[in-house]
Amino acid sequence: MKTKYLIIGNSAAAIGGVQGIREVDKRSKIVLVADEPYSTYSRPLISYWLEGRVDREHMVYRNPDFYRQYGVDTLLGTKVTAIDPTRHIATTDDGKEITYEELLIATGSHPFVPPIEGKDQAKNAFTFTTFDDAQGVKKALTPDAKVVIMGGGLIGLKAAEALIDHVKSLTIVDLADRVMPSVLDSEVAQVMQQHLEDLGMVLKLKTSIKRVGNMSVTLSDGAKLPYDILIFAVGTRPNQALAEAAGIDCERGILTNESQLTSAADVYAAGDCTQSHDISADVDRNIAILPNAFMQGETAGINMAGGQAVFDKAFPVNSMGIKDFYLLTAGSTEGQPQIVNTPDGIRKFYIADDELKGYMILGECQRAGIYTDLIRQKTKLSTVDWNSLAEAPKLMAFDVSVRKADLAQAH
Amino acid sequence: MGIEYLYPEFEVHRNFDRCIKCRVCERQCSEGVHFYDAEDDIMRADESKCVDCQRCVTMCPTRALKIVKTENTFRPNHNWHQDTIEEIYRQATSGGALLSSMGNPKDYPSYWDRILLNASQVTNPSIDPLREPMETKVFLGKKPHDLEFDSHGEVISKLPPQIELELPVMFSAMSFGALSENAHKSLARAATACGTCYNTGEGGLNKSLYPYGPNTIVQVASGRFGVHEDYLKAGCAIEIKMGQGAKPGIGGHLPGRKIGPKVAETRMIPEGSDAISPAPHHDIYSIEDLRQLVYSLKEATNYEKPVIVKIAAVHNVAAIASGIARSGADIIAIDGFRGGTGAAPTRIRDNVGIPIELALAAVDQRLRDEKIRNDISIVVGGSIRSSADVVKAIALGADACYIGTAALIALGCHLCRQCQRGLCNWGIATQREDLCRRLNPDIGTEHLINLLTAWNNEIKEMMGGMGINSIEALRGNRLMLRGVGMTEKELEILGIKHAGE
Amino acid sequence: MKRVYVNEEWCLGCHLCEFNCGFANSGETSMIKAYHREQRPLSRIRVEDGDDIHFAVNCRHCKEPLCVKGCITGALSVEDGVIKIDQDQCIGCRTCIAMCPYGCLVLSHNHTMLKCELCLENSCGEPACVTGCPNRAIVYEERG
Repeated sequence: MKTKYLIIGNSAAAIGGVQGIREVDKRSKIVLVADEPYSTYSRPLISYWLEGRVDREHMVYRNPDFYRQYGVDTLLGTKVTAIDPTRHIATTDDGKEITYEELLIATGSHPFVPPIEGKDQAKNAFTFTTFDDAQGVKKALTPDAKVVIMGGGLIGLKAAEALIDHVKSLTIVDLADRVMPSVLDSEVAQVMQQHLEDLGMVLKLKTSIKRVGNMSVTLSDGAKLPYDILIFAVGTRPNQALAEAAGIDCERGILTNESQLTSAADVYAAGDCTQSHDISADVDRNIAILPNAFMQGETAGINMAGGQAVFDKAFPVNSMGIKDFYLLTAGSTEGQPQIVNTPDGIRKFYIADDELKGYMILGECQRAGIYTDLIRQKTKLSTVDWNSLAEAPKLMAFDVSVRKADLAQAH
Repeated sequence: MGIEYLYPEFEVHRNFDRCIKCRVCERQCSEGVHFYDAEDDIMRADESKCVDCQRCVTMCPTRALKIVKTENTFRPNHNWHQDTIEEIYRQATSGGALLSSMGNPKDYPSYWDRILLNASQVTNPSIDPLREPMETKVFLGKKPHDLEFDSHGEVISKLPPQIELELPVMFSAMSFGALSENAHKSLARAATACGTCYNTGEGGLNKSLYPYGPNTIVQVASGRFGVHEDYLKAGCAIEIKMGQGAKPGIGGHLPGRKIGPKVAETRMIPEGSDAISPAPHHDIYSIEDLRQLVYSLKEATNYEKPVIVKIAAVHNVAAIASGIARSGADIIAIDGFRGGTGAAPTRIRDNVGIPIELALAAVDQRLRDEKIRNDISIVVGGSIRSSADVVKAIALGADACYIGTAALIALGCHLCRQCQRGLCNWGIATQREDLCRRLNPDIGTEHLINLLTAWNNEIKEMMGGMGINSIEALRGNRLMLRGVGMTEKELEILGIKHAGE
Repeated sequence: MKRVYVNEEWCLGCHLCEFNCGFANSGETSMIKAYHREQRPLSRIRVEDGDDIHFAVNCRHCKEPLCVKGCITGALSVEDGVIKIDQDQCIGCRTCIAMCPYGCLVLSHNHTMLKCELCLENSCGEPACVTGCPNRAIVYEERG
């Protein structure tokens, strides 16, 4: 099979790739190959589906007509097993060879399960990143179920939120001293933890699972916890094996430049499988969040089709709600913290070099994107009325010329 | 409250079925009438502060508001009216002269409303302005007694300077200081767009408005505020203000709180200082003195600009006008007793001066009798309220009219007559920045242009009805006028016949 | 494309735009009915009030809309330059709140997101904030 564009993957980065290509090239052939058999769906919605807040029909990331509208030939349920960047050929698990001109690797990430004794024999043990995972959990679900979730990060907590009202007990085990250790500091985490406990979740922090036995786990403190459902939500790792095997440079993710081009000619990569440069912390890291994935994919797509685009504004932005209690975080925890207490929560900012590097907002979060943009634009805080901004996000705090450009001029 | 308490003149009627507590009324009231009672979740009002400017009524998105004159009455008395009694109470507690704004609101007769226009029937056909050309252009200035032409028919006589107007309506003198900058901008732009003039009043001319100079009449008044060479040369004509219809015989006083940086710069006085215009020009005690000023101004502007002398309509206006015509002035402007003001002592505003209709007729007749009518153009103002008033004024002998109040109404003024307070909710008679913002000059300009366009069309319609296709042919054409309900004496002064004659 | 532009020089801070917006999107036949409901309509435009400055802020309908790019459900989309939101698809995750540089998304009573759709979807046909602005501080124009 021959195609102008080949996309491996079918989630945000891949869809971004399709849209990016079609911004420039309305006609040429696009082939999209993905190992999951489903039309594109929103991975973050699996917890909503499990909870019963969203039905399968509304889990779609783009409506089913998307592929036809955008002229995409799909090979769903098909796995690409190898790529040969020199010959511009991808090989699939059914032995097909696809010759491409431009390739986008948007293979995403996979859950990481630490090497725990007995995990491979464990029954009713799940990871929680795909619809199949969620379906598995649902099958095992009973009102009397005792749930143990290993990992108090975003995925673990969303799984916990989905299950807490439908099970008998739910315990979250995490080695760290707080929940969401990658995005929250201990102070803000404390507020979140209180909320989780109020919901009836049991938190076992600074604790790990030593062994998985017959429907029970043994913790590092020696306690033995029976379970009916065990979820591993320790973290994810980029799916970079395919790229590595093809000799493409990888570190903690596939390496790309700002055009999303990898070390191999005509091979682009985007999304959770890549390593990004986090501008808020000035470090290279894997930023596995959906907005990032889409924007990288779109950037790749535009460049693949001969357009010009760069994505050089990567930094983490997370929004997470646990039962109507919302947490927004962005950027890093570099620099001096500043705390603002709000009627229903707390706001914490991290400031370094006269720039906002990151924030955490629990509770009232409307207009928080104004803060995000300070991080994105590396706005010098001395050029804005930071005191009033910290109080509440508002455009009033910006210079009138900035406001004019934002509100009174074409853009 | 105590014994000095006076029941509020106006009541705020809020229909609570319609009120959605949007608080727009509260945000828009510079007087602080409306407020939100959070405890009871309801809008309330302090009616004692209400001046009936109608801003809240206009802005209320659900029509939940109306302002009603209170029904609270003193025992009825045809001699001692309630407002007369209340004024005494006020003076008895304050010891001060009463201040008022805009024009005389008293129930004096309006002669415009007792004059009717003629129309053609059968023997002299009327003209349809939609089909036939119709001329409303006027030239203000001295007209030569005779003209010389060369062999090609070109005029070789030297013509005195003229103001060319596309229609016989100008915006009268209202100063920057009394009015907001946005009001002035609107007037300047609209005058330019319509081919007429606006008038700086005694406030000088801000440099930002110099581009509108060809449509600007610059005023020189007794305070001489903002007068300098560039100013005199900036306009198309210069007006010497001797008097004003709203307050004949007295000067002006713009309080220091209205003298912000821009007003101060324009008036050439220190910020925050009171701007006091003396009652007389201290260098004018006779027609001869006036002549000196007229010629000083002509000299300063190379005899290129017509000079207007503006006076209030007072008892011996005809004789005064005759003197002015002989002083060398090109145009006389007469301001009737109903003319507006940004502030005047109430007693003066309400009791001094005479109706413009009578003054105009007397002046026009006197100048004709003395054979000097062509030496000077006549502009009248002081409550010209509609195009019909304009047509009647022209037929009585005016060359053009000044409108002030009508223009302000077009800008949004609701005649609450509280200009002197400087809290104009319509952004017109205020210098407070947040209030000035309420008059977007783009909108103001459009409204003024619309008004002038409408009036001009109506003037043509009325002229056409009379079978007249040129404003020149209407001027002083008193046969087109008839009086109703007037005495012999009134008809005699107006120089018109009674209806039916 | 015609867009809404805000000119703070003329904004009076009267907040009428907010009420006209709320009403226009309420589906009610009168503003009175709309605002007398137990849940008052929400405006998709916000007026910011300062000491002397006021201005309204609503969706800029950006050419590179971060809210749309960041939307995890595909509820936000661009149609002919207008950024729209599918209320059925929105789960109220608030990622768009974190993405929008102008703070233009509004949380609805049922926790989904609301945003300005230029009144193209409601009965107004032209932005109600613009038609109701008493001082042309908000205009709907084709520019640059």
